[in-house]
Amino acid sequence: MANLKNSKSKSMGLHKEVLTGRTQQVFFNPEEAENFFYYGAHDVNFNKRTEIDALDLTAAQLNDKLHSLMKEGYGSVVVKNPQGKHSLGVGILNKLNLIFEGSLGYFGVGSIDGPVVRITGRVGWSCAENMMAGKVVIEKNAGSCFGAAIRGGDLICKGSVGARTGIDMKGGTIIVGGDAGAFTGFMMQRGRIIVLGDAGINLGDSMYDGTIFIGGKIKSFGSDAIKAKVTSEDISWLKRKLKVAEIGSNFDFSKMTKVVAGKKLWNYDALEPSEKKGAI
Amino acid sequence: MAKKKNKKIKKISKPKEKESSREKMIGQHIGYRYDVNLLPDYKKVTPFLKKYIEQMGWDDLNWLEDVHMGYEEGRPAVFCRNANGWVTIPKKIKLPDSQQDRDMIARELLIKFQMSPNHPLVDLKKAYKKF
Repeated sequence: MANLKNSKSKSMGLHKEVLTGRTQQVFFNPEEAENFFYYGAHDVNFNKRTEIDALDLTAAQLNDKLHSLMKEGYGSVVVKNPQGKHSLGVGILNKLNLIFEGSLGYFGVGSIDGPVVRITGRVGWSCAENMMAGKVVIEKNAGSCFGAAIRGGDLICKGSVGARTGIDMKGGTIIVGGDAGAFTGFMMQRGRIIVLGDAGINLGDSMYDGTIFIGGKIKSFGSDAIKAKVTSEDISWLKRKLKVAEIGSNFDFSKMTKVVAGKKLWNYDALEPSEKKGAI
Repeated sequence: MAKKKNKKIKKISKPKEKESSREKMIGQHIGYRYDVNLLPDYKKVTPFLKKYIEQMGWDDLNWLEDVHMGYEEGRPAVFCRNANGWVTIPKKIKLPDSQQDRDMIARELLIKFQMSPNHPLVDLKKAYKKF
Protein backbone atom coordinates (compact mmCIF):
# COMPACT_ATOMS: atom_id res chain seq x y z
CA MET A 1 0.00 0.00 0.00
CA ALA A 2 1.06 3.57 -0.53
CA ASN A 3 3.06 5.16 2.27
CA LEU A 4 1.26 8.42 2.96
CA LYS A 5 4.11 10.02 4.86
CA ASN A 6 7.14 11.68 3.27
CA SER A 7 5.97 11.43 -0.31
CA LYS A 8 8.08 12.98 -3.02
CA SER A 9 5.05 14.61 -4.63
CA LYS A 10 4.32 16.38 -1.35
CA SER A 11 7.88 17.56 -0.84
CA MET A 12 7.99 18.92 -4.38
CA GLY A 13 4.93 21.01 -3.58
CA LEU A 14 3.00 20.02 -6.69
CA HIS A 15 -0.24 19.89 -4.74
CA LYS A 16 0.17 23.64 -4.12
CA GLU A 17 1.49 24.47 -7.56
CA VAL A 18 0.14 27.67 -9.04
CA LEU A 19 -0.44 26.94 -12.69
CA THR A 20 -0.20 29.68 -15.24
CA GLY A 21 -1.28 29.71 -18.83
CA ARG A 22 -3.30 31.49 -21.45
CA THR A 23 -6.63 32.56 -20.01
CA GLN A 24 -9.37 31.62 -22.42
CA GLN A 25 -12.25 33.42 -20.76
CA VAL A 26 -12.18 36.14 -23.40
CA PHE A 27 -13.51 33.68 -26.01
CA PHE A 28 -16.13 32.29 -23.78
CA ASN A 29 -19.68 33.19 -22.88
CA PRO A 30 -21.32 30.60 -20.60
CA GLU A 31 -24.78 31.75 -21.69
CA GLU A 32 -24.19 30.82 -25.31
CA ALA A 33 -26.90 28.88 -27.13
CA GLU A 34 -27.02 25.15 -26.39
CA ASN A 35 -24.84 23.34 -28.89
CA PHE A 36 -23.44 19.83 -28.51
CA PHE A 37 -21.28 19.58 -31.63
CA TYR A 38 -17.95 20.96 -32.76
CA TYR A 39 -18.00 23.82 -35.22
CA GLY A 40 -18.17 22.27 -38.70
CA ALA A 41 -19.32 18.82 -37.48
CA HIS A 42 -22.03 17.15 -39.54
CA ASP A 43 -25.54 16.81 -38.18
CA VAL A 44 -26.11 13.07 -38.65
CA ASN A 45 -29.16 10.94 -37.90
CA PHE A 46 -28.58 7.55 -36.22
CA ASN A 47 -31.69 6.19 -37.97
CA LYS A 48 -30.26 6.94 -41.42
CA ARG A 49 -28.27 3.78 -42.17
CA THR A 50 -26.14 2.57 -45.06
CA GLU A 51 -23.50 -0.06 -45.98
CA ILE A 52 -20.11 0.14 -47.70
CA ASP A 53 -18.22 -2.80 -49.22
CA ALA A 54 -14.51 -2.17 -48.57
CA LEU A 55 -13.36 -5.09 -50.75
CA ASP A 56 -12.00 -2.95 -53.60
CA LEU A 57 -11.33 0.26 -51.64
CA THR A 58 -8.02 1.51 -50.27
CA ALA A 59 -7.91 2.86 -46.67
CA ALA A 60 -7.89 6.46 -47.94
CA GLN A 61 -10.85 5.81 -50.25
CA LEU A 62 -12.87 4.21 -47.46
CA ASN A 63 -12.10 7.04 -45.02
CA ASP A 64 -13.13 9.62 -47.64
CA LYS A 65 -16.34 7.68 -48.24
CA LEU A 66 -17.14 7.72 -44.51
CA HIS A 67 -16.70 11.50 -44.41
CA SER A 68 -18.92 12.06 -47.43
CA LEU A 69 -21.63 9.82 -45.90
CA MET A 70 -21.55 11.86 -42.67
CA LYS A 71 -21.87 15.00 -44.79
CA GLU A 72 -25.02 13.47 -46.30
CA GLY A 73 -26.40 12.92 -42.78
CA TYR A 74 -25.86 9.14 -42.42
CA GLY A 75 -25.54 8.34 -38.73
CA SER A 76 -25.15 4.54 -38.95
CA VAL A 77 -22.66 2.98 -41.35
CA VAL A 78 -21.79 -0.72 -41.74
CA VAL A 79 -18.44 -1.52 -43.40
CA LYS A 80 -18.31 -4.98 -44.95
CA ASN A 81 -15.09 -6.82 -45.87
CA PRO A 82 -12.52 -4.59 -44.14
CA GLN A 83 -10.08 -7.51 -44.70
CA GLY A 84 -7.57 -6.39 -42.07
CA LYS A 85 -6.65 -3.23 -43.96
CA HIS A 86 -4.65 -0.66 -41.98
CA SER A 87 -5.74 2.80 -40.75
CA LEU A 88 -9.45 2.34 -41.40
CA GLY A 89 -11.97 4.71 -39.79
CA VAL A 90 -9.37 7.23 -38.61
CA GLY A 91 -9.92 10.92 -37.78
CA ILE A 92 -13.70 10.82 -37.29
CA LEU A 93 -14.51 13.95 -35.25
CA ASN A 94 -18.26 13.45 -35.33
CA LYS A 95 -20.98 11.44 -33.68
CA LEU A 96 -21.50 8.28 -35.71
CA ASN A 97 -22.53 4.67 -35.24
CA LEU A 98 -19.90 2.70 -37.18
CA ILE A 99 -19.78 -1.09 -37.52
CA PHE A 100 -16.91 -3.04 -39.09
CA GLU A 101 -17.96 -6.56 -40.05
CA GLY A 102 -14.55 -8.24 -39.89
CA SER A 103 -11.03 -7.43 -38.68
CA LEU A 104 -8.85 -4.32 -38.91
CA GLY A 105 -5.08 -4.03 -39.39
CA TYR A 106 -2.88 -1.59 -37.51
CA PHE A 107 -3.84 1.93 -36.37
CA GLY A 108 -7.56 1.22 -36.82
CA VAL A 109 -9.99 3.97 -35.71
CA GLY A 110 -7.12 6.20 -34.58
CA SER A 111 -7.56 9.84 -33.50
CA ILE A 112 -11.34 9.61 -33.26
CA ASP A 113 -13.42 12.09 -31.29
CA GLY A 114 -16.99 11.00 -30.69
CA PRO A 115 -18.14 7.94 -32.67
CA VAL A 116 -19.41 4.63 -31.31
CA VAL A 117 -17.54 1.88 -33.16
CA ARG A 118 -18.08 -1.88 -33.09
CA ILE A 119 -15.58 -4.28 -34.69
CA THR A 120 -16.79 -7.86 -34.99
CA GLY A 121 -13.33 -9.35 -35.58
CA ARG A 122 -9.80 -8.66 -34.32
CA VAL A 123 -7.59 -5.57 -34.52
CA GLY A 124 -3.87 -5.11 -35.14
CA TRP A 125 -1.46 -2.98 -33.14
CA SER A 126 -2.19 0.55 -31.88
CA CYS A 127 -5.95 0.33 -32.24
CA ALA A 128 -7.69 3.63 -31.31
CA GLU A 129 -4.34 5.34 -30.87
CA ASN A 130 -4.81 8.92 -29.61
CA MET A 131 -8.59 8.46 -29.24
CA MET A 132 -10.21 11.59 -27.75
CA ALA A 133 -13.83 10.55 -27.09
CA GLY A 134 -16.41 7.92 -28.03
CA LYS A 135 -16.71 4.19 -27.54
CA VAL A 136 -14.93 1.37 -29.38
CA VAL A 137 -15.88 -2.29 -28.83
CA ILE A 138 -13.75 -5.12 -30.25
CA GLU A 139 -15.45 -8.50 -30.08
CA LYS A 140 -12.24 -10.61 -30.35
CA ASN A 141 -8.53 -10.01 -29.56
CA ALA A 142 -6.28 -6.98 -30.07
CA GLY A 143 -2.57 -6.57 -30.84
CA SER A 144 0.07 -4.64 -28.93
CA CYS A 145 -0.06 -0.95 -27.98
CA PHE A 146 -3.84 -1.18 -27.66
CA GLY A 147 -5.12 2.34 -26.92
CA ALA A 148 -1.69 3.95 -27.18
CA ALA A 149 -1.77 7.56 -25.91
CA ILE A 150 -5.55 7.71 -25.64
CA ARG A 151 -6.92 10.84 -24.01
CA GLY A 152 -10.56 10.00 -23.46
CA GLY A 153 -13.48 7.68 -24.18
CA ASP A 154 -14.09 3.99 -23.60
CA LEU A 155 -11.96 1.42 -25.46
CA ILE A 156 -13.15 -2.13 -24.93
CA CYS A 157 -11.66 -5.45 -26.06
CA LYS A 158 -13.75 -8.46 -25.11
CA GLY A 159 -10.83 -10.83 -25.77
CA SER A 160 -7.14 -10.52 -24.82
CA VAL A 161 -4.67 -7.77 -25.69
CA GLY A 162 -0.93 -7.69 -26.43
CA ALA A 163 1.96 -5.89 -24.78
CA ARG A 164 2.11 -2.21 -23.79
CA THR A 165 -1.65 -1.72 -23.58
CA GLY A 166 -2.44 1.90 -22.68
CA ILE A 167 1.15 3.02 -23.19
CA ASP A 168 1.43 6.75 -22.47
CA MET A 169 -2.35 7.09 -22.01
CA LYS A 170 -3.46 10.49 -20.78
CA GLY A 171 -7.12 9.77 -20.01
CA GLY A 172 -10.06 7.56 -20.87
CA THR A 173 -10.83 3.97 -19.92
CA ILE A 174 -9.42 0.79 -21.45
CA ILE A 175 -11.37 -2.38 -20.59
CA VAL A 176 -10.08 -5.87 -21.40
CA GLY A 177 -12.22 -8.96 -20.94
CA GLY A 178 -9.31 -11.42 -21.20
CA ASP A 179 -5.60 -11.16 -20.38
CA ALA A 180 -3.15 -8.31 -21.01
CA GLY A 181 0.50 -8.65 -22.06
CA ALA A 182 3.74 -7.26 -20.62
CA PHE A 183 4.16 -3.58 -19.70
CA THR A 184 0.43 -2.86 -19.45
CA GLY A 185 -0.01 0.81 -18.53
CA PHE A 186 3.62 1.59 -19.39
CA MET A 187 4.28 5.30 -18.68
CA MET A 188 0.57 6.02 -18.29
CA GLN A 189 -0.15 9.53 -17.07
CA ARG A 190 -3.85 9.50 -16.35
CA GLY A 191 -6.98 7.42 -17.02
CA ARG A 192 -8.01 3.94 -16.03
CA ILE A 193 -7.30 0.39 -17.24
CA ILE A 194 -9.48 -2.57 -16.26
CA VAL A 195 -8.27 -6.10 -17.04
CA LEU A 196 -10.55 -8.94 -15.95
CA GLY A 197 -7.94 -11.62 -16.64
CA ASP A 198 -4.20 -11.83 -15.88
CA ALA A 199 -1.51 -9.20 -16.48
CA GLY A 200 2.00 -9.90 -17.79
CA ILE A 201 5.35 -8.73 -16.44
CA ASN A 202 6.14 -5.13 -15.44
CA LEU A 203 2.57 -3.97 -14.93
CA GLY A 204 2.32 -0.17 -14.76
CA ASP A 205 6.03 0.35 -15.31
CA SER A 206 7.04 4.01 -14.80
CA MET A 207 3.42 5.09 -14.51
CA TYR A 208 3.10 8.75 -13.57
CA ASP A 209 -0.53 8.70 -12.48
CA GLY A 210 -3.83 6.93 -13.27
CA THR A 211 -5.32 3.68 -12.01
CA ILE A 212 -5.11 0.04 -13.13
CA PHE A 213 -7.55 -2.64 -11.95
CA ILE A 214 -6.55 -6.29 -12.46
CA GLY A 215 -9.02 -9.12 -11.90
CA GLY A 216 -6.60 -12.05 -12.27
CA LYS A 217 -2.94 -12.72 -11.49
CA ILE A 218 -0.16 -10.16 -11.88
CA LYS A 219 3.12 -11.64 -13.10
CA SER A 220 5.20 -8.71 -11.78
CA PHE A 221 4.92 -5.02 -10.97
CA GLY A 222 6.91 -2.45 -12.93
CA SER A 223 8.99 0.34 -11.47
CA ASP A 224 6.98 2.60 -9.10
CA ALA A 225 3.70 0.68 -9.53
CA ILE A 226 2.15 -0.12 -6.16
CA LYS A 227 -1.03 -1.64 -4.78
CA ALA A 228 -3.76 0.61 -3.37
CA LYS A 229 -7.07 0.14 -1.55
CA VAL A 230 -10.13 -0.71 -3.62
CA THR A 231 -12.82 1.64 -2.30
CA SER A 232 -16.61 1.33 -2.48
CA GLU A 233 -16.52 4.22 -5.00
CA ASP A 234 -14.24 2.11 -7.19
CA ILE A 235 -16.54 -0.91 -7.01
CA SER A 236 -19.67 0.99 -8.01
CA TRP A 237 -17.79 2.69 -10.86
CA LEU A 238 -16.37 -0.68 -12.02
CA LYS A 239 -19.84 -2.23 -12.05
CA ARG A 240 -21.13 0.65 -14.14
CA LYS A 241 -18.21 0.50 -16.58
CA LEU A 242 -18.41 -3.27 -17.10
CA LYS A 243 -22.10 -2.86 -17.89
CA VAL A 244 -21.16 -0.28 -20.54
CA ALA A 245 -18.55 -2.74 -21.86
CA GLU A 246 -21.11 -5.58 -21.99
CA ILE A 247 -18.73 -7.94 -20.13
CA GLY A 248 -18.12 -9.37 -16.66
CA SER A 249 -21.73 -9.35 -15.46
CA ASN A 250 -20.91 -12.07 -12.86
CA PHE A 251 -17.42 -10.83 -12.00
CA ASP A 252 -16.29 -11.17 -8.37
CA PHE A 253 -14.96 -7.71 -7.48
CA SER A 254 -13.34 -8.93 -4.26
CA LYS A 255 -10.60 -10.41 -6.49
CA MET A 256 -9.79 -7.02 -8.01
CA THR A 257 -6.32 -5.53 -7.39
CA LYS A 258 -5.92 -1.77 -7.71
CA VAL A 259 -2.56 -0.50 -8.90
CA VAL A 260 -1.47 3.14 -8.77
CA ALA A 261 1.74 5.17 -9.11
CA GLY A 262 3.99 5.35 -6.06
CA LYS A 263 4.96 8.83 -7.33
CA LYS A 264 8.62 8.25 -6.57
CA LEU A 265 9.54 8.99 -10.18
CA TRP A 266 8.20 12.53 -10.12
CA ASN A 267 11.57 14.02 -10.95
CA TYR A 268 10.78 15.84 -14.13
CA ASP A 269 10.67 19.37 -12.66
CA ALA A 270 14.06 18.93 -11.04
CA LEU A 271 15.69 17.43 -14.12
CA GLU A 272 14.27 19.73 -16.74
CA PRO A 273 16.50 22.82 -16.24
CA SER A 274 19.75 20.81 -16.35
CA GLU A 275 18.54 18.95 -19.40
CA LYS A 276 17.75 22.23 -21.11
CA LYS A 277 21.22 23.54 -20.25
CA GLY A 278 22.78 20.45 -21.70
CA ALA A 279 20.83 20.84 -24.91
CA ILE A 280 22.00 24.47 -25.36
CA MET B 1 39.64 30.82 30.33
CA ALA B 2 36.03 31.33 30.37
CA LYS B 3 34.10 28.29 29.52
CA LYS B 4 32.28 28.46 26.29
CA LYS B 5 28.65 28.17 26.79
CA ASN B 6 27.12 25.40 24.84
CA LYS B 7 24.59 27.10 22.72
CA LYS B 8 21.60 25.04 22.04
CA ILE B 9 21.02 24.79 18.36
CA LYS B 10 17.41 24.99 17.62
CA LYS B 11 16.46 22.41 15.08
CA ILE B 12 14.16 23.73 12.46
CA SER B 13 11.84 20.98 11.62
CA LYS B 14 9.88 20.99 8.42
CA PRO B 15 6.18 21.46 9.01
CA LYS B 16 4.51 18.12 8.81
CA GLU B 17 1.75 18.01 6.29
CA LYS B 18 -1.13 15.93 7.34
CA GLU B 19 -2.64 13.78 4.69
CA SER B 20 -6.21 14.73 3.91
CA SER B 21 -9.09 12.51 4.91
CA ARG B 22 -9.60 11.75 1.22
CA GLU B 23 -5.99 10.58 0.91
CA LYS B 24 -6.47 8.39 3.96
CA MET B 25 -9.60 6.91 2.46
CA ILE B 26 -8.10 6.07 -0.92
CA GLY B 27 -4.67 5.18 0.51
CA GLN B 28 -3.02 7.22 -2.18
CA HIS B 29 -1.40 10.62 -2.52
CA ILE B 30 -3.21 13.34 -4.38
CA GLY B 31 -0.35 14.90 -6.26
CA TYR B 32 -2.06 18.10 -7.31
CA ARG B 33 -4.41 20.67 -5.77
CA TYR B 34 -7.32 18.53 -6.87
CA ASP B 35 -7.79 14.80 -7.28
CA VAL B 36 -7.29 13.99 -10.96
CA ASN B 37 -8.36 10.40 -10.30
CA LEU B 38 -11.68 11.27 -8.66
CA LEU B 39 -14.40 9.09 -10.19
CA PRO B 40 -17.61 10.95 -11.07
CA ASP B 41 -20.70 10.63 -8.93
CA TYR B 42 -23.41 9.86 -11.48
CA LYS B 43 -26.16 11.04 -9.14
CA LYS B 44 -24.85 14.56 -9.72
CA VAL B 45 -24.97 14.59 -13.53
CA THR B 46 -26.78 17.76 -14.63
CA PRO B 47 -29.70 17.83 -17.15
CA PHE B 48 -27.40 19.59 -19.67
CA LEU B 49 -24.86 16.77 -19.44
CA LYS B 50 -27.59 14.12 -19.69
CA LYS B 51 -28.78 15.74 -22.91
CA TYR B 52 -25.21 15.83 -24.28
CA ILE B 53 -24.69 12.11 -23.53
CA GLU B 54 -27.99 11.28 -25.24
CA GLN B 55 -27.14 13.37 -28.31
CA MET B 56 -23.79 11.61 -28.71
CA GLY B 57 -25.29 8.13 -28.29
CA TRP B 58 -23.05 7.24 -25.30
CA ASP B 59 -23.90 5.35 -22.11
CA ASP B 60 -22.14 7.63 -19.62
CA LEU B 61 -19.97 10.74 -19.27
CA ASN B 62 -17.34 9.14 -21.53
CA TRP B 63 -14.36 11.53 -22.01
CA LEU B 64 -15.82 13.94 -19.47
CA GLU B 65 -14.92 11.48 -16.69
CA ASP B 66 -11.41 12.93 -16.95
CA VAL B 67 -12.53 16.55 -16.66
CA HIS B 68 -12.16 18.18 -13.24
CA MET B 69 -12.22 21.70 -11.94
CA GLY B 70 -8.65 22.82 -11.38
CA TYR B 71 -6.98 26.16 -10.80
CA GLU B 72 -5.09 28.67 -12.87
CA GLU B 73 -3.25 31.40 -11.00
CA GLY B 74 -5.35 30.64 -7.94
CA ARG B 75 -8.65 31.00 -9.78
CA PRO B 76 -10.95 28.06 -10.49
CA ALA B 77 -10.54 26.90 -14.07
CA VAL B 78 -11.00 23.92 -16.37
CA PHE B 79 -8.37 22.68 -18.80
CA CYS B 80 -9.30 22.58 -22.50
CA ARG B 81 -7.18 19.90 -24.18
CA ASN B 82 -8.12 21.19 -27.65
CA ALA B 83 -6.88 24.73 -27.03
CA ASN B 84 -4.17 23.54 -24.60
CA GLY B 85 -5.10 26.24 -22.10
CA TRP B 86 -7.12 26.89 -18.96
CA VAL B 87 -10.63 28.27 -19.20
CA THR B 88 -11.30 30.29 -16.05
CA ILE B 89 -14.68 29.91 -14.43
CA PRO B 90 -16.67 33.19 -14.68
CA LYS B 91 -16.80 35.00 -11.33
CA LYS B 92 -20.60 35.21 -11.31
CA ILE B 93 -20.90 31.41 -11.09
CA LYS B 94 -21.22 30.43 -7.43
CA LEU B 95 -19.14 27.37 -6.71
CA PRO B 96 -20.45 24.63 -4.42
CA ASP B 97 -18.15 23.10 -1.79
CA SER B 98 -18.28 19.56 -3.10
CA GLN B 99 -15.61 18.65 -5.66
CA GLN B 100 -18.13 16.37 -7.41
CA ASP B 101 -20.54 19.30 -7.96
CA ARG B 102 -17.68 21.54 -9.07
CA ASP B 103 -16.54 18.93 -11.59
CA MET B 104 -20.02 18.79 -13.13
CA ILE B 105 -19.98 22.59 -13.57
CA ALA B 106 -16.52 22.33 -15.14
CA ARG B 107 -17.78 19.68 -17.58
CA GLU B 108 -20.74 21.81 -18.64
CA LEU B 109 -18.63 24.90 -19.16
CA LEU B 110 -16.01 22.98 -21.11
CA ILE B 111 -18.60 21.65 -23.56
CA LYS B 112 -20.02 25.15 -24.04
CA PHE B 113 -16.50 26.46 -24.64
CA GLN B 114 -15.41 23.73 -27.04
CA MET B 115 -18.60 23.83 -29.11
CA SER B 116 -18.65 27.61 -29.29
CA PRO B 117 -18.10 29.29 -32.70
CA ASN B 118 -15.71 31.59 -30.78
CA HIS B 119 -13.39 28.73 -29.81
CA PRO B 120 -9.80 29.57 -30.84
CA LEU B 121 -9.52 26.40 -32.93
CA VAL B 122 -12.34 27.44 -35.27
CA ASP B 123 -10.08 29.86 -37.16
CA LEU B 124 -7.29 27.28 -37.29
CA LYS B 125 -9.68 24.70 -38.66
CA LYS B 126 -10.84 27.07 -41.38
CA ALA B 127 -7.24 27.68 -42.38
CA TYR B 128 -5.80 24.18 -42.15
CA LYS B 129 -8.51 21.54 -42.36
CA LYS B 130 -7.84 18.82 -44.93
CA PHE B 131 -11.32 17.35 -45.35
